[in-house]
Amino acid sequence: MSLLELDDVKVHFPVKKGVFFDRTVGHVYAVDGISLSVEAGQTYGLVGESGCGKTTLGRAVLRLVDITSGEVVFDGTDLAKLPDEEMRQFRRRLQMVFQDPLGSLNPRQNIESILSEGMAAHGIGTDRADRREKIKAILARVGLPANSLSRYPHEFSGGQRQRIGIARALVLEPDVIICDEPVSALDVSIQAQVINLLEELQESLGLTYLVIAHDLAVVRHISDVIGVMYLGSLVEEAPSDALYAGPKHPYTRALMSAVPVPDPEVEDRRERILLQGDLPSPANPPAGCRFHTRCPWVQEKCALERPVLTDLGDGHKVACHFAAEIENGTIGLTRATGIEAVVGTDKSADVDAAEPVADKVPAAKVPAQKASVEDAVVVAKPVAVEDEVVVETPVAVEAPVAGKSVAEKPADVDTDADVAAENESDEAAAPEEEAVDKAVPEDKAVDKDKAVPEDKPASDEVADAAGTGAGGKTGSA
Amino acid sequence: MALLNVDQLSVTFGGRGRKDSIAVDGVSFTVDQGQVVGLVGESGCGKSVTSLALMGLLPEKGVKVGGRVEFDGQDLLTISRRKLRDMRGSQLAMIFQDPLSSLNPVIPIGIQVTEILQRHRGLKGEAARKEAADLLDRVGIPDPRRRLKEYPHQLSGGMRQRALIAMAVACAPRLLIADEPTTALDVTIQAQILELLKELVDQEGTALLMITHDLGVVAGICDEVNVLYAGRAVESAGRRELFAAPTHPYAHGLLGSIPRLDAPRGEPLRPIRGSINDKIAWADGCAFAPRCDYYTMECLTGTPELTEPRTAGHQVRCVNPVLPKAEVSA
Repeated sequence: MSLLELDDVKVHFPVKKGVFFDRTVGHVYAVDGISLSVEAGQTYGLVGESGCGKTTLGRAVLRLVDITSGEVVFDGTDLAKLPDEEMRQFRRRLQMVFQDPLGSLNPRQNIESILSEGMAAHGIGTDRADRREKIKAILARVGLPANSLSRYPHEFSGGQRQRIGIARALVLEPDVIICDEPVSALDVSIQAQVINLLEELQESLGLTYLVIAHDLAVVRHISDVIGVMYLGSLVEEAPSDALYAGPKHPYTRALMSAVPVPDPEVEDRRERILLQGDLPSPANPPAGCRFHTRCPWVQEKCALERPVLTDLGDGHKVACHFAAEIENGTIGLTRATGIEAVVGTDKSADVDAAEPVADKVPAAKVPAQKASVEDAVVVAKPVAVEDEVVVETPVAVEAPVAGKSVAEKPADVDTDADVAAENESDEAAAPEEEAVDKAVPEDKAVDKDKAVPEDKPASDEVADAAGTGAGGKTGSA
Repeated sequence: MALLNVDQLSVTFGGRGRKDSIAVDGVSFTVDQGQVVGLVGESGCGKSVTSLALMGLLPEKGVKVGGRVEFDGQDLLTISRRKLRDMRGSQLAMIFQDPLSSLNPVIPIGIQVTEILQRHRGLKGEAARKEAADLLDRVGIPDPRRRLKEYPHQLSGGMRQRALIAMAVACAPRLLIADEPTTALDVTIQAQILELLKELVDQEGTALLMITHDLGVVAGICDEVNVLYAGRAVESAGRRELFAAPTHPYAHGLLGSIPRLDAPRGEPLRPIRGSINDKIAWADGCAFAPRCDYYTMECLTGTPELTEPRTAGHQVRCVNPVLPKAEVSA
């Protein structure tokens, strides 16, 4: 039994609209079904880009935000269902270190007051003098001078403030400390001091950490197990070394390849997977695999079925339908080939049928592929809406790979595909203001516009429809 | 003759009744066409102030700027405000750290981009709009025509930074100053932006002055690197030399204190002691001495000069540099 176990935790924030009546018009799926377990004495690192829900998850463990559903089992007790007062008492054992050391310390309280407040609330120490002794011991432990007691937060440097934040957690003698971006606000030389301090404390006090950070290098350095989050769910979880040695999820691969390494030799020869576009909105996450809109290896199944986190052995869990195939190379890059095919055989109706898919294809640049950096960036461009652009895109030149993989692909429920399809049939081609930001569900898209091929892009009707669309396009170009 | 010659640039902030504070204390470097030069350092080392001084963006009151900044033969510090205004945006351009606060929130992107085209290239109306759309297209913003009508808040962080880059390169500047261009962005977006900047330098021969605190970014993009500490360059070298053999104890310490993704686990970091507040004035000795593991009494007597203890072109401001022997014993 692990010390802290999360089971299918969901945190959905309602989106309200209206002046008098708070109509709930949707939800932001900040955390959407996360299960993980943290062993006592270990460090679990959560990484992900901004907006992936990692901070919300950390706060949910402490019930600083309401948990929509799921269980947070700490030492045998489900925190998600505890009454408030009992939860408050439990917080002594679960403490948090926040990102912004200045913002999380009250500027009008001196250090003694900041540190003793929690002790008084949880009944630690008999009287003021006793508490002061304890605080002094902790201050020494985190490397702050003993005369700090009567000083105020503004008198300290950033690194020292973060030490105060850590001391505030430590005075309550917690079992678990949740560190939310503990070092990202600090300069690199100070970062190292704080990281070393955290490691030292773990060793001497047997603490358990849940570290939330966006910096993969920091997380790898201090964590035993790493979970990679994308858009509210875990896409990969593995022991730190295994994750670094062999990332299996396409997102983890891209993330790892994007982290700069302070070594020119490494930087010059490493392969980089450039992801196209940004994180989709968590208020309207894509159906199927959350990552399929940006995944360089996207397949038909990805848009339809959401992959679950499956153990591939040795605790290496991946949420990807095709992790194995991608690793042994049986699946090629789908995005890059897609666009080449389209542009190359521009006039054939067959391939035109697959156009909407191809349109949204511009995804990744991988060094293995022959496209140079410049081309990739150009590819990454606006193929979506402006018709002429599709035809004129310089990528047209290197088109030899025909669209057989493309033709078999369905119209992914992708925003860009959607927009492209709409523009093809709407003669006005008036850009939809919201379209790009919102993924319209597939069925709806098909209703609106027959040109979106659904499952069999080769069917006559679809080919015809798309053909007309493409005809108009050629004309405009 | 390099495109940009910065010679002994110094910036001092002062004012009535306040003690002068030296932000930049004699920084010299050159940037050539098609070259990427990095200024690296932690907060408070003077890297951003240097960039503002180059662009003439520092307030006139309470700031003393000294030294020479020669751009294409002209001294940027002494030419008239009017002339400088003509050059800014057309020949010199800057990309700022926080794209949201550097864009006007109440004006659509399109107007902000065409403004530059109007001011420096005399383009108007549809011609300017078309050029603006082309620019956005070039930096990889999908659907540029529509984006032109949108406001900064409607764009994502990466896209805002792209828009800012589009504005910066609108007039094909010869020198581009990028002040922490990727610090506010996620790593996958950062990779996209860096790729874009590299491409600009390769294709247009733009000179790029890259200001950053991230040594990983430096390792990937810069040709020459200047490491700043407390307003002075403490080490200048080609990136390969610098990363292969960081010689100033500060540069050495910085590299030792960064957790590396590719390093074997379990190796403790070697942080630098203390903080930037523990510095002494360069006039009295080496500003880094109070935090330095290698300091001797010599460090506290007089300003250390830039020397080349290792290889030619690898300059180090230290009387007791970290040479191979010391590395082993450390």
